[in-house]
Amino acid sequence: MARTTVAKAAQDTAFYGAVAFFVVLAAFPFYWMLITSFKTNADLYNVTNIPFWFNDAPTLEHFRYLFGKTLFATWLLNSVIIGLCVVAITLVTALPAAYSLARMTGRTGETLGIGIFLTYLVPPTLLFLPLSRVIAELGLQNSMWALVIVYPTFTIPFCTWLLMGFFKAMPPEIEEAAIVDGCSLFGAFIKMALPLSVPGILTVVIFTFTLTLQEFVYALTFISSSDQKPITLGVATDLIRGDVFYWGEIMAGALIASIPVAIAYNLFLDRFIAGITGGAVK
Amino acid sequence: MVAITASVPKPASRLRFILDRRDVLGALFVAPAILYVLLLVGVPFLMAVYYSLSAYTIYDPSWQFVGLQNFIDIVQNPTFRQTLTNTFIFTFGSQFLGLILGKFGALVLLRPFPGRKIVRALIILPWAVPVALATVAWQWMFDSLYSVINWSFIAMGFITRDEAPNWLGTPHLAMLSVIIVNAWRFFPFAIVIFLAGITAVPQDVLDAATVDGAGFWRRNYQIIVPMILPIVAIGLIFGIVFTFTDLSIVFLMTMGGPIGATSVLGFAGFQTGITSGDVAHGAAISLFMLPVLLIVVVFMLRFIRRREI
Repeated sequence: MARTTVAKAAQDTAFYGAVAFFVVLAAFPFYWMLITSFKTNADLYNVTNIPFWFNDAPTLEHFRYLFGKTLFATWLLNSVIIGLCVVAITLVTALPAAYSLARMTGRTGETLGIGIFLTYLVPPTLLFLPLSRVIAELGLQNSMWALVIVYPTFTIPFCTWLLMGFFKAMPPEIEEAAIVDGCSLFGAFIKMALPLSVPGILTVVIFTFTLTLQEFVYALTFISSSDQKPITLGVATDLIRGDVFYWGEIMAGALIASIPVAIAYNLFLDRFIAGITGGAVK
Repeated sequence: MVAITASVPKPASRLRFILDRRDVLGALFVAPAILYVLLLVGVPFLMAVYYSLSAYTIYDPSWQFVGLQNFIDIVQNPTFRQTLTNTFIFTFGSQFLGLILGKFGALVLLRPFPGRKIVRALIILPWAVPVALATVAWQWMFDSLYSVINWSFIAMGFITRDEAPNWLGTPHLAMLSVIIVNAWRFFPFAIVIFLAGITAVPQDVLDAATVDGAGFWRRNYQIIVPMILPIVAIGLIFGIVFTFTDLSIVFLMTMGGPIGATSVLGFAGFQTGITSGDVAHGAAISLFMLPVLLIVVVFMLRFIRRREI
Protein backbone atom coordinates (compact mmCIF):
# COMPACT_ATOMS: atom_id res chain seq x y z
CA MET A 1 0.00 0.00 0.00
CA ALA A 2 2.70 2.43 1.07
CA ARG A 3 4.68 1.39 -1.95
CA THR A 4 1.94 2.22 -4.41
CA THR A 5 1.42 5.59 -2.73
CA VAL A 6 5.10 6.37 -3.18
CA ALA A 7 4.98 5.23 -6.80
CA LYS A 8 1.90 7.35 -7.36
CA ALA A 9 3.54 10.37 -5.77
CA ALA A 10 6.63 9.90 -7.96
CA GLN A 11 4.46 9.61 -11.03
CA ASP A 12 2.53 12.73 -10.11
CA THR A 13 5.73 14.67 -9.50
CA ALA A 14 7.07 13.64 -12.91
CA PHE A 15 3.77 14.55 -14.52
CA TYR A 16 3.50 18.00 -12.95
CA GLY A 17 7.19 18.50 -13.67
CA ALA A 18 6.43 17.93 -17.34
CA VAL A 19 3.47 20.34 -17.16
CA ALA A 20 5.69 22.96 -15.54
CA PHE A 21 8.38 22.46 -18.19
CA PHE A 22 5.93 23.10 -21.02
CA VAL A 23 4.33 26.09 -19.33
CA VAL A 24 7.70 27.72 -18.65
CA LEU A 25 8.93 26.96 -22.16
CA ALA A 26 5.83 28.46 -23.78
CA ALA A 27 5.16 31.38 -21.50
CA PHE A 28 8.57 32.55 -20.33
CA PRO A 29 9.20 34.92 -23.28
CA PHE A 30 5.89 36.60 -22.46
CA TYR A 31 6.74 36.85 -18.80
CA TRP A 32 9.97 38.40 -20.01
CA MET A 33 8.04 40.94 -22.10
CA LEU A 34 5.85 41.77 -19.12
CA ILE A 35 8.62 42.26 -16.60
CA THR A 36 10.88 44.14 -19.04
CA SER A 37 8.13 46.58 -19.92
CA PHE A 38 7.64 47.59 -16.26
CA LYS A 39 11.31 47.81 -15.23
CA THR A 40 13.30 51.01 -14.99
CA ASN A 41 16.20 51.32 -17.41
CA ALA A 42 18.64 51.36 -14.49
CA ASP A 43 17.26 47.99 -13.45
CA LEU A 44 17.23 46.56 -17.00
CA TYR A 45 20.76 47.44 -17.98
CA ASN A 46 22.60 46.15 -14.94
CA VAL A 47 24.11 42.69 -15.32
CA THR A 48 24.54 42.21 -11.58
CA ASN A 49 20.80 42.49 -10.88
CA ILE A 50 18.74 39.35 -10.73
CA PRO A 51 16.72 39.73 -13.95
CA PHE A 52 13.66 37.66 -13.00
CA TRP A 53 11.99 40.23 -10.77
CA PHE A 54 11.99 43.91 -9.91
CA ASN A 55 15.10 45.27 -8.21
CA ASP A 56 13.78 48.83 -8.41
CA ALA A 57 10.12 49.69 -8.06
CA PRO A 58 8.06 48.97 -11.23
CA THR A 59 7.55 51.95 -13.51
CA LEU A 60 5.16 53.06 -16.25
CA GLU A 61 7.81 55.17 -17.98
CA HIS A 62 8.05 52.85 -21.00
CA PHE A 63 4.30 52.91 -21.57
CA ARG A 64 4.25 56.67 -21.16
CA TYR A 65 7.08 57.05 -23.65
CA LEU A 66 5.39 54.64 -26.05
CA PHE A 67 2.12 56.55 -26.16
CA GLY A 68 3.57 60.03 -25.75
CA LYS A 69 6.77 60.12 -27.79
CA THR A 70 6.34 57.44 -30.46
CA LEU A 71 3.81 56.72 -33.18
CA PHE A 72 2.49 53.72 -31.25
CA ALA A 73 -1.09 55.02 -31.12
CA THR A 74 -0.99 55.62 -34.88
CA TRP A 75 0.23 52.07 -35.52
CA LEU A 76 -2.53 50.72 -33.34
CA LEU A 77 -5.10 52.72 -35.27
CA ASN A 78 -3.55 51.67 -38.63
CA SER A 79 -3.80 48.03 -37.63
CA VAL A 80 -7.45 48.41 -36.63
CA ILE A 81 -8.31 50.16 -39.92
CA ILE A 82 -6.42 47.60 -42.01
CA GLY A 83 -8.02 44.74 -40.07
CA LEU A 84 -11.57 46.07 -40.45
CA CYS A 85 -11.19 46.74 -44.19
CA VAL A 86 -9.70 43.31 -44.82
CA VAL A 87 -12.48 41.69 -42.79
CA ALA A 88 -15.08 43.51 -44.93
CA ILE A 89 -13.44 42.51 -48.23
CA THR A 90 -13.01 38.93 -47.05
CA LEU A 91 -16.62 38.52 -45.90
CA VAL A 92 -18.08 40.00 -49.08
CA THR A 93 -16.07 37.66 -51.31
CA ALA A 94 -15.60 34.53 -49.21
CA LEU A 95 -19.17 34.12 -47.91
CA PRO A 96 -20.88 33.77 -51.31
CA ALA A 97 -17.92 31.82 -52.69
CA ALA A 98 -17.98 29.31 -49.87
CA TYR A 99 -21.77 28.96 -50.12
CA SER A 100 -21.55 28.41 -53.84
CA LEU A 101 -18.73 25.87 -53.55
CA ALA A 102 -20.52 24.00 -50.80
CA ARG A 103 -24.05 24.02 -52.23
CA MET A 104 -24.35 25.03 -55.84
CA THR A 105 -21.45 23.77 -57.92
CA GLY A 106 -21.24 20.11 -56.96
CA ARG A 107 -18.10 18.20 -57.91
CA THR A 108 -16.48 21.16 -59.70
CA GLY A 109 -17.00 23.22 -56.58
CA GLU A 110 -15.11 20.67 -54.54
CA THR A 111 -12.11 20.86 -56.88
CA LEU A 112 -12.29 24.65 -57.09
CA GLY A 113 -12.43 24.83 -53.31
CA ILE A 114 -9.26 22.78 -52.98
CA GLY A 115 -7.65 24.98 -55.65
CA ILE A 116 -8.51 28.15 -53.72
CA PHE A 117 -7.24 26.67 -50.49
CA LEU A 118 -3.93 25.71 -52.08
CA THR A 119 -3.29 29.36 -52.94
CA TYR A 120 -3.13 29.92 -49.18
CA LEU A 121 0.09 27.94 -49.31
CA VAL A 122 1.73 30.25 -51.89
CA PRO A 123 4.13 32.16 -49.66
CA PRO A 124 4.51 35.95 -49.43
CA THR A 125 8.23 35.54 -50.00
CA LEU A 126 7.48 34.28 -53.50
CA LEU A 127 5.00 37.00 -54.37
CA PHE A 128 6.40 40.13 -52.73
CA LEU A 129 8.56 41.14 -55.72
CA PRO A 130 5.81 41.19 -58.37
CA LEU A 131 3.26 42.48 -55.85
CA SER A 132 5.43 45.46 -54.96
CA ARG A 133 5.37 46.28 -58.68
CA VAL A 134 1.57 45.94 -58.72
CA ILE A 135 1.36 48.19 -55.67
CA ALA A 136 3.55 50.77 -57.39
CA GLU A 137 1.33 50.69 -60.49
CA LEU A 138 -1.67 51.33 -58.26
CA GLY A 139 0.16 54.29 -56.71
CA LEU A 140 -0.03 52.79 -53.25
CA GLN A 141 3.64 52.41 -52.43
CA ASN A 142 4.40 53.23 -48.85
CA SER A 143 0.75 53.36 -47.89
CA MET A 144 -1.17 51.11 -45.52
CA TRP A 145 -3.89 50.78 -48.17
CA ALA A 146 -1.46 48.54 -50.06
CA LEU A 147 -1.89 46.05 -47.22
CA VAL A 148 -5.68 46.33 -47.42
CA ILE A 149 -5.41 45.27 -51.07
CA VAL A 150 -2.87 42.50 -50.51
CA TYR A 151 -3.98 40.82 -47.27
CA PRO A 152 -7.18 39.36 -48.77
CA THR A 153 -4.94 37.21 -50.99
CA PHE A 154 -4.45 34.92 -48.01
CA THR A 155 -7.56 35.66 -45.94
CA ILE A 156 -9.99 34.90 -48.81
CA PRO A 157 -8.60 31.40 -49.50
CA PHE A 158 -8.41 30.55 -45.83
CA CYS A 159 -11.87 31.83 -44.95
CA THR A 160 -13.53 30.36 -48.02
CA TRP A 161 -12.20 26.98 -46.94
CA LEU A 162 -13.30 27.50 -43.35
CA LEU A 163 -16.81 28.62 -44.37
CA MET A 164 -17.17 25.83 -46.92
CA GLY A 165 -16.87 23.31 -44.14
CA PHE A 166 -19.36 25.32 -42.15
CA PHE A 167 -22.01 25.45 -44.89
CA LYS A 168 -21.55 21.78 -45.64
CA ALA A 169 -22.32 20.91 -42.04
CA MET A 170 -25.63 22.83 -42.23
CA PRO A 171 -28.72 20.81 -43.25
CA PRO A 172 -29.79 21.91 -46.77
CA GLU A 173 -33.45 21.17 -45.96
CA ILE A 174 -33.99 24.61 -44.41
CA GLU A 175 -33.08 26.46 -47.60
CA GLU A 176 -34.94 23.91 -49.72
CA ALA A 177 -38.07 24.49 -47.68
CA ALA A 178 -37.71 28.25 -48.17
CA ILE A 179 -37.36 27.77 -51.93
CA VAL A 180 -40.44 25.55 -52.05
CA ASP A 181 -42.29 28.32 -50.22
CA GLY A 182 -41.43 30.71 -53.06
CA CYS A 183 -38.12 32.15 -51.93
CA SER A 184 -35.50 32.71 -54.64
CA LEU A 185 -32.11 30.99 -54.46
CA PHE A 186 -30.49 34.30 -53.62
CA GLY A 187 -33.16 34.97 -51.00
CA ALA A 188 -32.59 31.57 -49.45
CA PHE A 189 -28.90 32.43 -49.09
CA ILE A 190 -29.55 35.86 -47.56
CA LYS A 191 -32.55 35.03 -45.37
CA MET A 192 -31.85 31.43 -44.36
CA ALA A 193 -28.21 30.44 -44.78
CA LEU A 194 -26.54 33.64 -43.51
CA PRO A 195 -28.47 34.02 -40.23
CA LEU A 196 -27.81 30.36 -39.46
CA SER A 197 -24.09 30.71 -40.04
CA VAL A 198 -23.46 33.58 -37.63
CA PRO A 199 -21.05 31.49 -35.49
CA GLY A 200 -19.06 30.64 -38.63
CA ILE A 201 -19.02 34.27 -39.71
CA LEU A 202 -17.84 35.32 -36.28
CA THR A 203 -14.97 32.82 -36.44
CA VAL A 204 -13.96 34.15 -39.83
CA VAL A 205 -14.06 37.75 -38.62
CA ILE A 206 -11.82 36.95 -35.65
CA PHE A 207 -9.35 34.93 -37.68
CA THR A 208 -9.15 37.40 -40.53
CA PHE A 209 -8.39 40.11 -38.01
CA THR A 210 -5.70 38.09 -36.23
CA LEU A 211 -4.15 37.00 -39.55
CA THR A 212 -3.76 40.65 -40.54
CA LEU A 213 -2.19 41.43 -37.16
CA GLN A 214 0.25 38.56 -37.49
CA GLU A 215 1.40 39.37 -41.00
CA PHE A 216 4.90 40.78 -41.24
CA VAL A 217 6.51 40.11 -44.63
CA TYR A 218 4.22 42.20 -46.84
CA ALA A 219 4.17 45.04 -44.34
CA LEU A 220 7.97 45.03 -44.23
CA THR A 221 8.22 45.01 -48.02
CA PHE A 222 5.65 47.66 -48.90
CA ILE A 223 5.88 50.17 -46.07
CA SER A 224 8.78 52.26 -44.90
CA SER A 225 7.16 55.47 -43.61
CA SER A 226 6.72 55.22 -39.87
CA ASP A 227 3.24 56.73 -39.82
CA GLN A 228 1.86 54.11 -42.22
CA LYS A 229 3.11 51.05 -40.37
CA PRO A 230 0.82 48.51 -38.75
CA ILE A 231 1.49 47.72 -35.12
CA THR A 232 3.56 44.56 -35.58
CA LEU A 233 5.94 46.20 -38.01
CA GLY A 234 6.14 49.43 -36.04
CA VAL A 235 7.00 47.75 -32.75
CA ALA A 236 9.52 45.36 -34.32
CA THR A 237 11.39 47.84 -36.51
CA ASP A 238 10.67 51.40 -35.43
CA LEU A 239 11.71 51.53 -31.79
CA ILE A 240 15.40 51.29 -32.63
CA ARG A 241 17.52 54.40 -32.95
CA GLY A 242 20.71 53.56 -34.79
CA ASP A 243 22.11 50.68 -32.80
CA VAL A 244 20.12 51.36 -29.65
CA PHE A 245 17.14 49.12 -28.99
CA TYR A 246 14.50 50.67 -26.73
CA TRP A 247 13.86 47.32 -25.05
CA GLY A 248 11.41 48.58 -22.43
CA GLU A 249 9.27 50.27 -25.08
CA ILE A 250 9.59 47.39 -27.56
CA MET A 251 8.46 44.86 -24.97
CA ALA A 252 5.61 47.11 -23.81
CA GLY A 253 4.38 47.50 -27.38
CA ALA A 254 4.72 43.79 -28.10
CA LEU A 255 2.76 43.01 -24.96
CA ILE A 256 -0.12 45.33 -25.84
CA ALA A 257 -0.34 43.98 -29.38
CA SER A 258 -0.12 40.34 -28.28
CA ILE A 259 -2.86 40.25 -25.68
CA PRO A 260 -5.94 40.58 -27.93
CA VAL A 261 -4.57 38.07 -30.44
CA ALA A 262 -3.79 35.57 -27.70
CA ILE A 263 -7.31 35.84 -26.26
CA ALA A 264 -8.95 35.51 -29.68
CA TYR A 265 -6.91 32.41 -30.48
CA ASN A 266 -7.77 30.70 -27.26
CA LEU A 267 -11.48 31.32 -27.77
CA PHE A 268 -11.61 30.10 -31.35
CA LEU A 269 -8.85 27.51 -31.43
CA ASP A 270 -11.00 24.43 -32.00
CA ARG A 271 -12.76 25.88 -35.01
CA PHE A 272 -9.43 26.98 -36.42
CA ILE A 273 -8.01 23.47 -36.16
CA ALA A 274 -11.13 21.98 -37.72
CA GLY A 275 -10.74 24.44 -40.58
CA ILE A 276 -7.05 23.93 -41.14
CA THR A 277 -7.30 20.15 -41.20
CA GLY A 278 -10.42 20.31 -43.38
CA GLY A 279 -12.24 17.76 -41.27
CA ALA A 280 -9.44 15.20 -41.77
CA VAL A 281 -10.36 13.69 -38.43
CA LYS A 282 -13.88 12.72 -39.40
CA MET B 1 -51.35 50.29 -73.16
CA VAL B 2 -52.22 46.77 -72.17
CA ALA B 3 -49.32 45.46 -74.23
CA ILE B 4 -46.85 47.74 -72.43
CA THR B 5 -47.87 46.82 -68.90
CA ALA B 6 -47.78 43.17 -69.86
CA SER B 7 -44.27 43.41 -71.25
CA VAL B 8 -42.72 45.34 -68.37
CA PRO B 9 -42.36 42.53 -65.82
CA LYS B 10 -40.88 40.25 -68.45
CA PRO B 11 -37.16 41.28 -68.32
CA ALA B 12 -37.30 41.28 -64.54
CA SER B 13 -38.70 37.78 -64.44
CA ARG B 14 -36.11 36.63 -66.97
CA LEU B 15 -33.34 38.04 -64.76
CA ARG B 16 -34.95 36.33 -61.84
CA PHE B 17 -35.19 33.15 -63.83
CA ILE B 18 -31.46 33.27 -64.61
CA LEU B 19 -30.58 34.05 -61.02
CA ASP B 20 -32.65 31.10 -59.92
CA ARG B 21 -30.55 28.71 -61.92
CA ARG B 22 -28.21 27.00 -59.54
CA ASP B 23 -25.19 26.95 -61.86
CA VAL B 24 -25.53 30.61 -62.88
CA LEU B 25 -25.92 31.99 -59.37
CA GLY B 26 -23.23 29.59 -58.18
CA ALA B 27 -20.79 30.93 -60.76
CA LEU B 28 -21.69 34.54 -59.90
CA PHE B 29 -21.16 33.86 -56.21
CA VAL B 30 -17.76 32.31 -56.61
CA ALA B 31 -16.49 34.74 -59.26
CA PRO B 32 -15.27 37.61 -57.01
CA ALA B 33 -13.16 35.31 -54.84
CA ILE B 34 -11.65 33.53 -57.85
CA LEU B 35 -10.96 36.84 -59.62
CA TYR B 36 -9.29 38.33 -56.56
CA VAL B 37 -7.05 35.32 -56.12
CA LEU B 38 -6.27 35.06 -59.84
CA LEU B 39 -5.38 38.75 -60.12
CA LEU B 40 -3.30 39.04 -56.96
CA VAL B 41 -1.85 35.55 -56.60
CA GLY B 42 -2.01 33.95 -60.05
CA VAL B 43 -0.80 36.89 -62.12
CA PRO B 44 1.97 37.91 -59.67
CA PHE B 45 3.13 34.32 -59.60
CA LEU B 46 3.54 34.32 -63.38
CA MET B 47 5.25 37.71 -63.11
CA ALA B 48 7.69 36.23 -60.60
CA VAL B 49 8.48 33.45 -63.06
CA TYR B 50 9.04 35.97 -65.83
CA TYR B 51 11.19 38.22 -63.60
CA SER B 52 13.45 35.28 -62.88
CA LEU B 53 14.03 34.86 -66.62
CA SER B 54 14.67 38.57 -67.25
CA ALA B 55 17.33 41.15 -66.51
CA TYR B 56 14.89 43.33 -64.55
CA THR B 57 16.33 45.55 -61.81
CA ILE B 58 14.84 48.69 -60.32
CA TYR B 59 17.55 50.64 -62.17
CA ASP B 60 16.89 48.96 -65.50
CA PRO B 61 13.22 48.08 -65.83
CA SER B 62 13.58 46.85 -69.42
CA TRP B 63 12.42 43.27 -68.78
CA GLN B 64 14.95 41.94 -71.25
CA PHE B 65 14.69 38.16 -71.57
CA VAL B 66 17.87 36.36 -70.52
CA GLY B 67 16.70 32.76 -70.25
CA LEU B 68 18.11 30.74 -67.40
CA GLN B 69 21.10 33.07 -66.87
CA ASN B 70 19.88 34.24 -63.43
CA PHE B 71 19.55 30.69 -62.19
CA ILE B 72 23.01 29.83 -63.49
CA ASP B 73 24.40 32.92 -61.74
CA ILE B 74 22.93 32.13 -58.36
CA VAL B 75 23.69 28.40 -58.41
CA GLN B 76 27.34 29.22 -59.09
CA ASN B 77 27.37 31.57 -56.13
CA PRO B 78 28.69 29.77 -53.01
CA THR B 79 26.76 32.18 -50.76
CA PHE B 80 23.54 31.03 -52.37
CA ARG B 81 24.44 27.37 -51.99
CA GLN B 82 24.99 28.02 -48.31
CA THR B 83 21.59 29.75 -48.16
CA LEU B 84 19.95 26.70 -49.68
CA THR B 85 21.63 24.37 -47.18
CA ASN B 86 20.69 26.72 -44.34
CA THR B 87 17.06 26.67 -45.44
CA PHE B 88 16.91 22.89 -45.22
CA ILE B 89 18.70 22.81 -41.84
CA PHE B 90 16.41 25.53 -40.51
CA THR B 91 13.24 23.84 -41.77
CA PHE B 92 13.91 20.26 -40.79
CA GLY B 93 15.73 21.11 -37.58
CA SER B 94 12.89 23.20 -36.27
CA GLN B 95 10.14 20.84 -37.49
CA PHE B 96 11.87 17.87 -35.88
CA LEU B 97 12.30 19.68 -32.57
CA GLY B 98 8.76 21.07 -32.78
CA LEU B 99 7.20 17.67 -33.45
CA ILE B 100 9.01 16.01 -30.55
CA LEU B 101 7.94 18.77 -28.18
CA GLY B 102 4.44 18.57 -29.66
CA LYS B 103 4.08 14.82 -29.15
CA PHE B 104 5.18 14.99 -25.52
CA GLY B 105 3.14 18.11 -24.87
CA ALA B 106 0.06 16.36 -26.26
CA LEU B 107 0.62 13.38 -23.97
CA VAL B 108 0.79 15.78 -21.03
CA LEU B 109 -2.33 17.70 -21.99
CA LEU B 110 -4.29 14.54 -22.69
CA ARG B 111 -4.55 13.67 -19.02
CA PRO B 112 -7.17 15.66 -17.13
CA PHE B 113 -5.81 17.66 -14.20
CA PRO B 114 -6.93 20.77 -12.32
CA GLY B 115 -6.09 23.92 -14.28
CA ARG B 116 -5.67 22.15 -17.62
CA LYS B 117 -7.59 24.89 -19.46
CA ILE B 118 -5.24 27.59 -18.20
CA VAL B 119 -2.20 25.48 -19.00
CA ARG B 120 -3.49 24.93 -22.51
CA ALA B 121 -4.12 28.66 -22.94
CA LEU B 122 -0.54 29.43 -21.84
CA ILE B 123 1.00 26.73 -24.02
CA ILE B 124 -0.82 28.01 -27.10
CA LEU B 125 0.68 31.50 -26.72
CA PRO B 126 3.82 31.06 -28.88
CA TRP B 127 1.74 30.11 -31.85
CA ALA B 128 -1.03 32.67 -31.35
CA VAL B 129 1.04 35.78 -30.80
CA PRO B 130 2.34 37.58 -33.93
CA VAL B 131 5.63 35.95 -34.80
CA ALA B 132 7.47 39.24 -35.22
CA LEU B 133 6.65 40.31 -31.66
CA ALA B 134 7.58 36.97 -30.09
CA THR B 135 10.80 36.99 -32.09
CA VAL B 136 11.73 40.39 -30.71
CA ALA B 137 11.24 39.04 -27.19
CA TRP B 138 13.61 36.18 -27.99
CA GLN B 139 16.10 38.59 -29.52
CA TRP B 140 16.12 40.40 -26.20
CA MET B 141 16.56 37.09 -24.36
CA PHE B 142 19.54 36.28 -26.60
CA ASP B 143 21.04 39.77 -26.15
CA SER B 144 24.82 39.76 -26.29
CA LEU B 145 25.18 41.45 -22.90
CA TYR B 146 21.88 41.27 -21.02
CA SER B 147 20.83 37.76 -22.07
CA VAL B 148 18.67 36.20 -19.36
CA ILE B 149 19.72 32.78 -20.63
CA ASN B 150 23.40 33.55 -20.11
CA TRP B 151 22.61 35.14 -16.75
CA SER B 152 20.95 31.92 -15.61
CA PHE B 153 23.84 29.76 -16.81
CA ILE B 154 26.28 32.02 -14.98
CA ALA B 155 24.17 32.03 -11.82
CA MET B 156 24.01 28.23 -11.90
CA GLY B 157 27.79 28.14 -12.27
CA PHE B 158 27.93 26.41 -15.67
CA ILE B 159 29.94 29.22 -17.24
CA THR B 160 31.66 32.44 -16.21
CA ARG B 161 30.75 35.83 -17.61
CA ASP B 162 33.82 35.77 -19.88
CA GLU B 163 32.73 32.49 -21.43
CA ALA B 164 29.14 33.62 -21.95
CA PRO B 165 28.20 32.81 -25.56
CA ASN B 166 27.15 35.51 -28.00
CA TRP B 167 24.12 33.62 -29.28
CA LEU B 168 23.31 35.65 -32.34
CA GLY B 169 26.90 36.60 -33.17
CA THR B 170 28.41 33.11 -33.55
CA PRO B 171 27.53 31.18 -36.74
CA HIS B 172 26.46 27.81 -35.30
CA LEU B 173 24.82 29.31 -32.23
CA ALA B 174 22.93 31.79 -34.40
CA MET B 175 21.53 28.93 -36.48
CA LEU B 176 20.65 27.05 -33.31
CA SER B 177 18.92 30.17 -31.95
CA VAL B 178 16.69 30.70 -34.99
CA ILE B 179 15.86 26.97 -35.03
CA ILE B 180 14.91 27.12 -31.35
CA VAL B 181 12.70 30.15 -31.88
CA ASN B 182 10.95 28.56 -34.84
CA ALA B 183 10.47 25.23 -33.06
CA TRP B 184 9.16 27.15 -30.08
CA ARG B 185 6.71 28.93 -32.33
CA PHE B 186 5.45 25.69 -33.90
CA PHE B 187 5.31 23.25 -31.03
CA PRO B 188 1.93 24.48 -29.69
CA PHE B 189 0.52 23.97 -33.18
CA ALA B 190 1.96 20.43 -33.16
CA ILE B 191 0.43 19.79 -29.73
CA VAL B 192 -2.99 20.94 -30.90
CA ILE B 193 -2.73 18.83 -34.05
CA PHE B 194 -1.71 15.72 -32.08
CA LEU B 195 -4.50 16.34 -29.57
CA ALA B 196 -7.09 16.77 -32.31
CA GLY B 197 -5.94 13.48 -33.80
CA ILE B 198 -5.79 11.50 -30.57
CA THR B 199 -9.17 12.63 -29.25
CA ALA B 200 -10.72 11.68 -32.60
CA VAL B 201 -9.73 8.03 -32.19
CA PRO B 202 -13.01 6.30 -31.26
CA GLN B 203 -12.98 5.01 -27.70
CA ASP B 204 -14.75 1.76 -28.67
CA VAL B 205 -11.89 0.86 -31.01
CA LEU B 206 -9.46 1.32 -28.13
CA ASP B 207 -11.71 -0.61 -25.76
CA ALA B 208 -12.04 -3.46 -28.24
CA ALA B 209 -8.25 -3.59 -28.58
CA THR B 210 -7.83 -3.59 -24.80
CA VAL B 211 -10.30 -6.46 -24.47
CA ASP B 212 -8.34 -8.33 -27.12
CA GLY B 213 -5.23 -7.93 -24.97
CA ALA B 214 -3.42 -4.96 -26.53
CA GLY B 215 -1.23 -3.10 -24.00
CA PHE B 216 -0.46 0.61 -23.79
CA TRP B 217 2.37 0.63 -26.36
CA ARG B 218 0.56 -1.65 -28.74
CA ARG B 219 -2.52 0.58 -28.58
CA ASN B 220 -0.29 3.60 -29.05
CA TYR B 221 1.72 2.42 -32.04
CA GLN B 222 -0.65 0.06 -33.82
CA ILE B 223 -3.91 1.96 -33.43
CA ILE B 224 -3.44 5.58 -32.40
CA VAL B 225 -0.41 6.44 -34.52
CA PRO B 226 -1.78 5.01 -37.80
CA MET B 227 -5.13 6.65 -37.14
CA ILE B 228 -3.73 10.11 -36.44
CA LEU B 229 -1.17 9.97 -39.24
CA PRO B 230 -3.32 11.88 -41.78
CA ILE B 231 -3.93 14.81 -39.47
CA VAL B 232 -0.28 14.92 -38.37
CA ALA B 233 0.71 14.91 -42.03
CA ILE B 234 -1.46 17.97 -42.63
CA GLY B 235 0.10 19.74 -39.68
CA LEU B 236 3.58 18.88 -40.87
CA ILE B 237 2.80 20.19 -44.35
CA PHE B 238 1.78 23.55 -42.93
CA GLY B 239 4.85 23.60 -40.73
CA ILE B 240 7.21 22.83 -43.60
CA VAL B 241 5.64 25.31 -46.00
CA PHE B 242 5.63 28.17 -43.52
CA THR B 243 9.14 27.46 -42.26
CA PHE B 244 10.71 26.86 -45.64
CA THR B 245 9.43 30.20 -46.90
CA ASP B 246 9.91 32.16 -43.67
CA LEU B 247 11.57 35.52 -43.55
CA SER B 248 10.56 37.27 -40.34
CA ILE B 249 12.48 35.27 -37.71
CA VAL B 250 15.79 35.48 -39.54
CA PHE B 251 15.21 39.08 -40.58
CA LEU B 252 14.55 40.25 -37.04
CA MET B 253 17.03 38.14 -35.13
CA THR B 254 20.17 37.83 -37.22
CA MET B 255 19.70 39.63 -40.56
CA GLY B 256 21.03 36.42 -42.12
CA GLY B 257 24.29 36.83 -40.24
CA PRO B 258 26.85 36.37 -38.97
CA ILE B 259 28.49 36.09 -42.42
CA GLY B 260 25.45 34.47 -44.03
CA ALA B 261 25.29 31.65 -41.49
CA THR B 262 21.51 31.98 -41.02
CA SER B 263 20.55 33.33 -44.43
CA VAL B 264 17.53 31.41 -45.75
CA LEU B 265 15.75 31.54 -49.13
CA GLY B 266 13.07 34.02 -48.10
CA PHE B 267 15.61 36.34 -46.56
CA ALA B 268 18.06 36.09 -49.49
CA GLY B 269 15.22 36.82 -51.92
CA PHE B 270 14.30 39.89 -49.88
CA GLN B 271 17.91 41.10 -49.62
CA THR B 272 18.59 40.72 -53.34
CA GLY B 273 15.20 41.66 -54.76
CA ILE B 274 14.03 44.44 -52.43
CA THR B 275 17.03 45.83 -50.55
CA SER B 276 19.51 45.66 -53.44
CA GLY B 277 16.86 46.14 -56.13
CA ASP B 278 18.07 43.24 -58.26
CA VAL B 279 14.55 42.00 -58.86
CA ALA B 280 15.48 39.35 -61.45
CA HIS B 281 17.96 37.52 -59.24
CA GLY B 282 15.71 37.97 -56.20
CA ALA B 283 12.83 36.30 -58.04
CA ALA B 284 15.11 33.48 -59.15
CA ILE B 285 16.16 32.89 -55.52
CA SER B 286 12.55 32.89 -54.32
CA LEU B 287 11.57 30.42 -57.04
CA PHE B 288 13.87 27.86 -55.49
CA MET B 289 11.07 27.39 -52.97
CA LEU B 290 8.84 26.13 -55.74
CA PRO B 291 10.01 22.49 -55.94
CA VAL B 292 9.38 22.02 -52.23
CA LEU B 293 5.99 23.71 -52.49
CA LEU B 294 5.03 21.55 -55.47
CA ILE B 295 5.92 18.35 -53.64
CA VAL B 296 3.81 19.50 -50.71
CA VAL B 297 0.88 20.40 -52.96
CA VAL B 298 0.94 17.04 -54.76
CA PHE B 299 1.09 15.25 -51.45
CA MET B 300 -1.79 17.29 -50.10
CA LEU B 301 -3.96 16.75 -53.20
CA ARG B 302 -3.44 13.00 -53.05
CA PHE B 303 -4.27 13.08 -49.39
CA ILE B 304 -7.49 15.07 -49.89
CA ARG B 305 -8.59 12.79 -52.75
CA ARG B 306 -8.10 9.69 -50.67
CA ARG B 307 -10.11 11.21 -47.84
CA GLU B 308 -13.07 11.87 -50.11
CA ILE B 309 -13.33 8.34 -51.47
